[in-house]
Amino acid sequence: MENICAIRNLTKVFFVERTGEYVHALDRIDLDLNRSEFLILLGPSGCGKSTLLFMLSGLDHPTSGEITFTEKSHDNKRLTCTVFQEYALFPWRTVIDNVAFGPEMRRVRKRARYREAERYIELVNLTGFETRFPNELSGGMRQRVALARALANDPEVILFDEPLAALDAQTRRVLQTELVSIWSKTKKTFVYVTHSLEEAVLLGERIVLMSSRPGRVKEIIDIADIPRPRSTTNEREVKVLAMLAEHIAAEVDKSMRREREL
Amino acid sequence: MTVRSTIVVLWRYAPIFILLAAWQMASELKFVPDSLLPSFFDVVHRWLEFLADGEIAKSGTFLWDAVRSFFASTVVTNTAASMWRGMVGLGLSIILGVTLGIAMAWFQKLRDFFEPIVMISYPIPKPALIPIFIIWLGLGHISKIAVIFAGCLIPIVISAFNGARGVDRYLIWSARNMGTREGKLLWRVVVPASLPDILSGIRMALAISFILLVSSEMLAAKSGLGFLIFFLGESGEYAGMFAAVLTITLLGFFADRAYLTIMRRILIWREE
Repeated sequence: MENICAIRNLTKVFFVERTGEYVHALDRIDLDLNRSEFLILLGPSGCGKSTLLFMLSGLDHPTSGEITFTEKSHDNKRLTCTVFQEYALFPWRTVIDNVAFGPEMRRVRKRARYREAERYIELVNLTGFETRFPNELSGGMRQRVALARALANDPEVILFDEPLAALDAQTRRVLQTELVSIWSKTKKTFVYVTHSLEEAVLLGERIVLMSSRPGRVKEIIDIADIPRPRSTTNEREVKVLAMLAEHIAAEVDKSMRREREL
Repeated sequence: MTVRSTIVVLWRYAPIFILLAAWQMASELKFVPDSLLPSFFDVVHRWLEFLADGEIAKSGTFLWDAVRSFFASTVVTNTAASMWRGMVGLGLSIILGVTLGIAMAWFQKLRDFFEPIVMISYPIPKPALIPIFIIWLGLGHISKIAVIFAGCLIPIVISAFNGARGVDRYLIWSARNMGTREGKLLWRVVVPASLPDILSGIRMALAISFILLVSSEMLAAKSGLGFLIFFLGESGEYAGMFAAVLTITLLGFFADRAYLTIMRRILIWREE
């Protein structure tokens, strides 16, 4: 397994102006990303999993510790690209212009970038919607556009920040399946933040269980051997789910007790 | 335009036709003396005269003379003078206002410097500036342009500022995440994302520009519709004065309609 990113001793402390307190969001995180894996960051809300994603994306910087990618980023190479729960599509751009945004920033010529965008639009099953504006699309379709847009940057790692949390159960199910198929087709490294146990078990190869305040890596569970397509009712999956549920319940319990003490 | 859509438009504006009919009736039935309110037909008649009064040296070619006479007429020359002032004043305020508003939203230092200035300028009744600009810049085009520019600038700055401040942070994050540099971020993300705010600010400024245009021309000018209203009113030519008011009303109406149409087209992506 080829290591593409090493997170070492990563700590993030926020200063909250309103309360005048320091919040220990992440505490001495050690984690390696392997090429082409589907990594899940799982934990109760407030465990710093989104913060960790932000550090990986380079949009925020750690207080101490470091993140090292084996490849170096330069103008024509993005190391990471993020798919947000909020879609974050540019509403004034059509689907194809949204997807072509990354190549446009890299100054790829119009025809070439449209050809590239077209390929990813096809990959996310949105052919025929190229000239629509995001406002004309459903939530599920918007998230497909966001994924295609991320893929068009050809990054090493695609980061997902609870991308399906705002969708209805039906759409979520469909997109989970497609996500797995796109992942196996593109061989990209996916780092996927979620608080849903089922999602973790359905999608992941490795599940990084995080504890809350301060966010730490509590356990890493390797489930790459569970065959796909997965379901939440098979014996093996049920077992993993139960284990995860236990961990999470303990975490939630801990943090609630702490809140009561405060 | 099809017959059907023509009927729809006529129906929508029917209340205006009723109002005009009532106006005409009031004059016909002598409810109001002509010196206070000339009849609608008299006003239209005077307006047509103003349209045909262009004095030119005849060249002999009928059509060419007609065109030149039209462009030399009272209505057209004064409308042109007013429109020129309005467009230049508004245009300059759009260019500077949008730039300043967005720059203020993006650069803390600029905001610190300009915010108090904008705040103190905001509540000034802009017509109060007219006499000052006339003293400084004289009776010609420049003083009116300056008044319109000053009056339209503030609402545009504020709307551009608010627009740029309110840009969805996820859009900025995701653009940065895709390798967008700061300069391009402004052009490709912040400006288009603020466009709805900017465009409605400009619409407000358009209305203000008409108010300032007419009032500054009424106070001191040698041409323009405001000047015409004031001049004809002073000389007791009430039908003519109303004709000038009618012209500016129509101009304002069509300017706003045209602007709305353009705005809708630009913001087509907002429709669901």
